[in-house]
This record gives sequence, structure tokens and C-alpha cells, in this order.
Amino acid sequence: MTSNASTLLEVSGISVTFDGFKAINNLSFEIGPAELRAIIGPNGAGKTTFMDIVTGKTKPDEGKVLWGDLSRNLIGMNEAKIARAGIGRKFQRPTVFEDQTVFENLLMAVKNDRNPIAVLFFRPKAKDFAKVEELAAEIGLSDQLERKSGELSHGQKQWLEIGMLLAQDPKLLLVDEPAAGMTLGEREHTTDILKEAAKTRAVVVVEHDMEFVRRLECKVTVLHEGSVLAEGSLDHVTQNQDVIDVYLGR
Amino acid sequence: MDFIRKNPSLPVFIAGLAIFTLVVTFMSEAYGAGALSTSFVKTLGKTLCLALVAIAMDLVWGYTGILSLGHFAFFGLGGYMIGMWLMYARTKLIVVESMASAALPPTPSEISDAIGTQIFGVVGSSEFPLVWMFAHSFWAQIALVVIVPGILALVFGWLAFRSRVTGVYLSILTQAMTLALSLYLFQNDSGLRGNNGLSGLQNLPGADGISQDYISIWFFWASAFALLITYLIAAFVVSGKFGSVIRGIRDDEARVRFLGYSVEGFKLFVFAMTAVMAAIGGALYYPQAGIINPAEIAPIASIYLAVWVAIGGRGRIYGAVIGAAFVSLVSTYFTGGQAPDIPLGFYTIKWVDWWLVLLGLSFVLVTLFAPKGIGGLFDLITHRMSPKRGGAPLGPDDGSLREQEAEK
Ligand SMILES: Nc1ncnc2c1ncn2[C@@H]1O[C@H](COP(=O)(O)OP(=O)(O)O)[C@@H](O)[C@H]1O
Ligand SMILES: [Mg+2]
Repeated sequence: MTSNASTLLEVSGISVTFDGFKAINNLSFEIGPAELRAIIGPNGAGKTTFMDIVTGKTKPDEGKVLWGDLSRNLIGMNEAKIARAGIGRKFQRPTVFEDQTVFENLLMAVKNDRNPIAVLFFRPKAKDFAKVEELAAEIGLSDQLERKSGELSHGQKQWLEIGMLLAQDPKLLLVDEPAAGMTLGEREHTTDILKEAAKTRAVVVVEHDMEFVRRLECKVTVLHEGSVLAEGSLDHVTQNQDVIDVYLGR
Repeated sequence: MDFIRKNPSLPVFIAGLAIFTLVVTFMSEAYGAGALSTSFVKTLGKTLCLALVAIAMDLVWGYTGILSLGHFAFFGLGGYMIGMWLMYARTKLIVVESMASAALPPTPSEISDAIGTQIFGVVGSSEFPLVWMFAHSFWAQIALVVIVPGILALVFGWLAFRSRVTGVYLSILTQAMTLALSLYLFQNDSGLRGNNGLSGLQNLPGADGISQDYISIWFFWASAFALLITYLIAAFVVSGKFGSVIRGIRDDEARVRFLGYSVEGFKLFVFAMTAVMAAIGGALYYPQAGIINPAEIAPIASIYLAVWVAIGGRGRIYGAVIGAAFVSLVSTYFTGGQAPDIPLGFYTIKWVDWWLVLLGLSFVLVTLFAPKGIGGLFDLITHRMSPKRGGAPLGPDDGSLREQEAEK
């Protein structure tokens, strides 16, 4: 398999074993530059581990993760480098810097030189303020900029984290269970943010909730025991007998 | 202006330090009423240097979450570097003077041998070790004050951070570093006079006619100035985006990585920068102390440093200053024999022996019941409150801010 212009990320044949337990088993996966993709699968299917591998947190035992036009192998690169290459990640539990304001959180994420010296002498310019305000409006936190992010509600923290992702201006966004613990209204807002983001970049969303996935209206990959069980439209995969057996028909 | 808005304590600190400096000056033997003895002026000057190194500790621990228990090693190294020049230059003046009366003018090598004998006689040697090769040059040794601790911190930090050693393991590693350095310096063939250390540092070369009354107040001024600059630098470092990033590293370093910041690079930067700050503090401290020996670098010294910052209140720069000043002055009072013994009838509490117990107890109590330390008292005035998080710290990492330390 060779990657071509329409592939942004190509994961091929990765496997990883934790204490003898194969969490990812010969998994292959591909996504294009402006594509929205949902990954579903039962608990323990390896969805989070898959993201860990792409973002450099976990080293796979074998396989390749090729990135971008140049098909650079991401394996062996550290997390920060991969993030700078254009992969942003949202964690399953909301992780924002709770001791800092919404503004500080967003400003830290806005794409700018990450070198310590440059950061030391960095003072936000008009365009940085504008960017932060634009993002805050997008995630519905315009009135909260001066609040400590630890004080936000669970849903607001999730949005702030998505906002921080967008601020990095990544080419690929990996979003782990964004709707967990959200109210119905919050979920709808979240779908809108993600669909909007996917117009200009690739977005991979891991989600349990079928209704949420249906609203995303995108291609779905079903993961099971560390490998791909089925792939296609939501209707297509939900009719697949294997999928029904392991996931839907529980 | 924005800078002051973000550091409201800054004008207060500057004013306080200025007033303190003036008061001490006008109460000194040299420039005032003489109400403060020269030795007490030296104690105060040294205290300012300790406050300076406490700021460095607060940056590395309170703001970045790296509990370094080795920063006093950098402080001591700074003292050694300046001490080498002080000892060399003064010994040379004495030697040249005493040889001037000889029939034949002494050759440079005779002078050098005589200085060597003077300095290294105590360790049974007269040869100049390699590490003294720049000791004749004031500017070279001044540069080494920064370079030697800076490079040690860079190498140590690079090795430790690159392997992602964090938390208590990193603390142990820093203790090992300072222990190793101190044991090395204890050896006579380390070239720095073993356990004798460097002495006579209070005597500035060529200043024999000037009394210590004046020299002590000059060093006091220099220490106050260095403390001020350090405070300003620290305030600058923590107030902008750099401050955001290091506080992020303290609370949740994995998250900072996924934002694309090189956590190791930032830690290394802070570690080396604070090592240099500590070294400058040491270079000003030891000429006032008059002597430096390897015991100064003992692991316990670096632990005290952490205790000062904890008692003052970590994560706020003035907290470090207050903690260091308060604890070291109280310690001078108790260990200097000024504190009256307390007779209990069956036992007499001698503070010289019991001070450490009291300090240890205070540390435990502060950690358990007043995590904000003395700095927390200011929150009563400013009405600063902690968030209500049900006891949860603000991040998953070891060094992360505790609920009580945080600001709502
Ligand atoms: N660091 C780890 N050490 C040991 N086992 C792990 C580790 N990370 C994940 N696992 C295991 O790998 C499997 C896949 O986990 P995960 O990727 O979190 O699943 P999902 O996100 O799909 O629910 C689970 O059985 C989990 O227990
Ligand atoms: Mg998961």
C-alpha cells in the first residue's frame, strides 16, 4: 500500500501488547485530509490505545504510522513533535489546565512558536487576542474568558478542550468520547463544532453513543479486539452481522 | 502596566526592599547610628542571598513542579568560584609584599609557588590544581560563577528530564547529585582544599585599609540589588505565556506535550536558569560568610531550601522571599545562643539542640494545616480564596497545585 495525495494518515499493520494482552492487533486505518470519521466499538476495543499510538504516547510493537504528503513515519517521534506536525488530541476525560483561566488555556494552545526562548518573550498581539476571542465564540465560552477553567462545568471543559485543539490548527483532530457526560443540548452543540471543524481538516471521533454518531453523518469504523471489524456508512455497519453480534446485539 | 497588574505584589516588594535597605544603611556602623553591629549587617546581607536562592527554588518547584533537592549545590559552587579568586588574589598580595624585602626580586614562578604553598599547605601540597587555572583573573572567575553551575545543571537536567524522571525519583536524583559533589569536594585532592574549604573570603584583595563596617554594607547593597533583579526576572518569567506553560507542566505535563511544547526543553531551561540564579546568590553570600566548605553543599542544605519555600508558601515569589528570610533569621536567633533556655525542672530545653525539632514540626504542621504557608496570611487582606474542589488537586502530577494553594 502506498499513500497518495488523498491520504493524510495511514496506519498500517500496527500491533501492541500489554503484559501479554494484545490490545491492538494488526490494525490498519486510513483517513483523508478533510474527512470526518467516527470510530465505534465496545469498551476495551482499543480505541484509546489507537490514539495513544498515533500521538506518540504508546510505541507499537510493529507497524507503521505514515503522516502527510511526505509519508513521514511518526513512530519514534515524541508527543510534542507529533503535535507540532499537526495532530491534535482530545482526551477521554476533559483535561484542561484547571488553575488557569480560559483565556490562558486558549492562548497557550494558539499556534505560535513553541520554543522556550520564543515563549519567554512572547506577548500576545492583536491577532492572538482576536484568535482567542473567535475560538471562545465558537465553543460558546466568550463570557468565561477570565474564569479559572477548573470552575467550568463538565461540558464547558470539554468544549474548552476542543477549542484548544482548534487553536493548535491541526490537520488531524483525534477526539476521544467528546459527548460523555453531556446533556442533549450540549451534545448537539458538540456535533456542530466537530462537523464545522471537519470542513477544513480531518477529524476522528471515538464515540459510544449511536445517536451522536448518526448525527455526525459520516463514515464509521468499527473496532473490536484491536482490529477493524467493519467500515462504511452507519447503516451499512449496523447491518453487518459481525457487528451486530459483538456490539449492537449485546 | 500589564506587568504590574499581573504582579500586584511587585510594587509592594520593591518599596519594602528599598525601605529595608535604607533603614539598615542608616543603622549601620559605617553610614549611620551604629545600632546594628557589622556582624548583624552581614547576617542580613546573607539573608537576602538566601531569599534570592529561595526564589530560584520557587520557580523550579512552586511554578514548574520539579522538587529539586539539589539547588544548594549550585549556590555552593557559585561561592567556590568567587572564593577561588578572592583567596588567590589576596594571598598573592601578601606573598608579593613579603618577598619585596628580599635581596633579589622574586621570579613569577617563585611567586606562584609561594602562593601555592600558602593556599594548599593545609592539604599537604603546593601545586596549583588544574581547576585553579583561571583563579588569577577576577573576570574569568566571575564568568565561571555562571558557567560551572550552569553547565552542571544542563548536563544533569538533560540526562534526567530526557529519561522522563519525575516526582520523588527526580528529587532523590538531585540529592544524589549534591551528595556526590559534596563528597568529592571533601577529598583533599579535589583541588579545593578538602574539608578546609576556602577561607578568609571576607577580606577583599587590596581593600586592607577599608574596615569590614564598610565592606559589609556594600555587600548588603549588592545582595539587595541582586535580590531585586532576581525578583523582577522571576516575575517576568512567570507572568506571561512561559508562566502558563510551566504551571501547566507542574499540574499536567502530559497535556502540555500534546499541545506541542517540548516539556523537557522547558524543564531544562528553568532548571539551568534557576541554577545560575542560585550560583549568583552563592557568589554574594560566601564573601559575607567568610568561609565556604563542602559541608555547605550537604544534602540537608537543599532540603532546608525546600522547607523555606514551603513555609513561605510556594507558587508565589514573595512567599519564597518571606519563608527564607523568616526561617533563616529565626534559625540564627535560636542556634546563635541568643534564645533563652527553658527550664522545665526535670529537663532544660536548649534551643541550640531543639531548634531543628521545632523547624521540622513547623514544616509538618504547615504542610498539613496551612499549605499556603506564611504567604497565605496576605490572602486574608486581599480576600483571595481557594477553589472548592473537595480536596482534589489541580492536576494529576506529583508537583501539581493542591486545592488550598490554588486561587479561585
Ligand atoms: N497502559 C496500559 N497497560 C495495560 N493495559 C492497557 C493499557 N492501556 C490500555 N490497556 C488495555 O488495552 C485494552 C484497550 O484499552 P482502550 O484502548 O482504553 O479501550 P477503549 O478506549 O476502546 O475502551 C483494554 O483492555 C485496556 O485494559
Ligand atoms: Mg477509551
